[in-house]
Amino acid sequence: MGTVWAIYKREFRSFFTTSMGYVILVVFLVLAGFLTIKGRFFEMRQADLRVFFDNLPLLFIFFIPAAGMRLWAEERKAGTIEFLFTQPVTVTQAVLGKFSAAWMFLVVAMALTVPLVITVSWLGSPDPFVILTGYLGALLMGGAYLAVSIFCSALTRSQIVSFVLSIGMIGLLAYTDSPAVLTWLNGIVPPFMIEAMANMSFSGHFESMRRGVLEFRDLTFYGILIAGLIAITCLVVDNRRESC
Amino acid sequence: MNHRAQLQPDKIMISVTNLRKTYGEIVAVDDVSFEAKKGDIVGFIGPNGAGKTTTLRMLSCFIEPDSGSATVGGFDTRTQPVEVRRALGYVSEKCPFYGEMTPRWFLQFVCDVRGINGSRYKPEIERVAAISSLQSVMDRRIETLSKGFQRRLGLAQSLLGDPPILILDEPMSGLDPNQKQEIIELIRFMAADKCFIVSTHVMEELETICNRAILISKGKIVADSTPQDFKEKGQGKIDAFFRRVTNGA
Repeated sequence: MGTVWAIYKREFRSFFTTSMGYVILVVFLVLAGFLTIKGRFFEMRQADLRVFFDNLPLLFIFFIPAAGMRLWAEERKAGTIEFLFTQPVTVTQAVLGKFSAAWMFLVVAMALTVPLVITVSWLGSPDPFVILTGYLGALLMGGAYLAVSIFCSALTRSQIVSFVLSIGMIGLLAYTDSPAVLTWLNGIVPPFMIEAMANMSFSGHFESMRRGVLEFRDLTFYGILIAGLIAITCLVVDNRRESC
Repeated sequence: MNHRAQLQPDKIMISVTNLRKTYGEIVAVDDVSFEAKKGDIVGFIGPNGAGKTTTLRMLSCFIEPDSGSATVGGFDTRTQPVEVRRALGYVSEKCPFYGEMTPRWFLQFVCDVRGINGSRYKPEIERVAAISSLQSVMDRRIETLSKGFQRRLGLAQSLLGDPPILILDEPMSGLDPNQKQEIIELIRFMAADKCFIVSTHVMEELETICNRAILISKGKIVADSTPQDFKEKGQGKIDAFFRRVTNGA
């Protein structure tokens, strides 16, 4: 656990030693605020954060890969992976440390949106439970996006390739339940697969949480997905470290 | 009795048996076996692409061999990689480190990873910084440091926790004569109670630092003796022996 903590601390601090972390945060916050205000926030005349949470699945498609793209790609490009794996560190410890640092970066980003909560609370009386489950859902969905992103980062030594690949994969997985995708697939794949794909949607499981419904199946979905992708990332890092 | 023989009574620190590593059709390391003991400063020499770095990477558990086995500090590199890495300090050829960190932060990170914490880590960082003459640059970003300082930082991190085995891959590369001399003195200073493996291209370094020499060519060990012996066989020149054995001339 001490080793995971050591790697977590280094990675998290690294987000803020270059301008990269700040740029990502500012762009995210500006876009999140802008899309919320422009998205009928006042016109709806309801004291809630529905519009803000509605935009998150799309916003995260760009924000999360930007935060996760460097995690392994940079390590391999700079050759520091050789330093890391000649220290008493296992692959699992390294992956867990990096993943949790990037997840904490997401927590910071979401914490910085609290002024929206204050504004809504000042304008009316929002249901705090709905806001809380919305934030919890956003962190879980973000964690799942991040798990895809760290996996993509382990596949390449180029941060750009990692970024683009993550956007593509997350974009696909986020909207497998959209009517456009399901209509297109109808007739191409068997109905049970269409149903399975609809159930696999990242944003679909966020849908009920942002409405204030906390369901066990949503929590397990994200839990299993994150654990599975981290396990696959460990395998990829272990098998590809020689090609640094 | 040669210098190596005088230092023999100590225990075996590194034991390598029939180590082999291939990359597709290319055999990088072929049936390499040797042992190294406490007090040994083993010079690992050979032409470019001979398999030196691959062997050292296998000893540090960065890569796995296809076959054969190795124990480092009594631990098996296949089954106990974390224990092996804890028992050794490793400096890779390119010395790549996280450019955005400062040496102080970096050494603190290595202490954290190696479990050197509590009241122990500060004096330990000061100790290795003093040995490696890094005090003046401890709070500068690594990416702004000269090659010489980056090499010294590589050495400093390998000394944290005082591991009994040190593996240095081309430690003199890119250093000026003064910096080389400092590293040579440092290795000599620590040599008595440690086991060193130092890979190099430069024959003078081999003669100056090492009390044992292993010549590797095309993945195989072709000579294992002392630098003095290599010199005698090359009629007074290690270079001549090196060329004769590696070119078959």
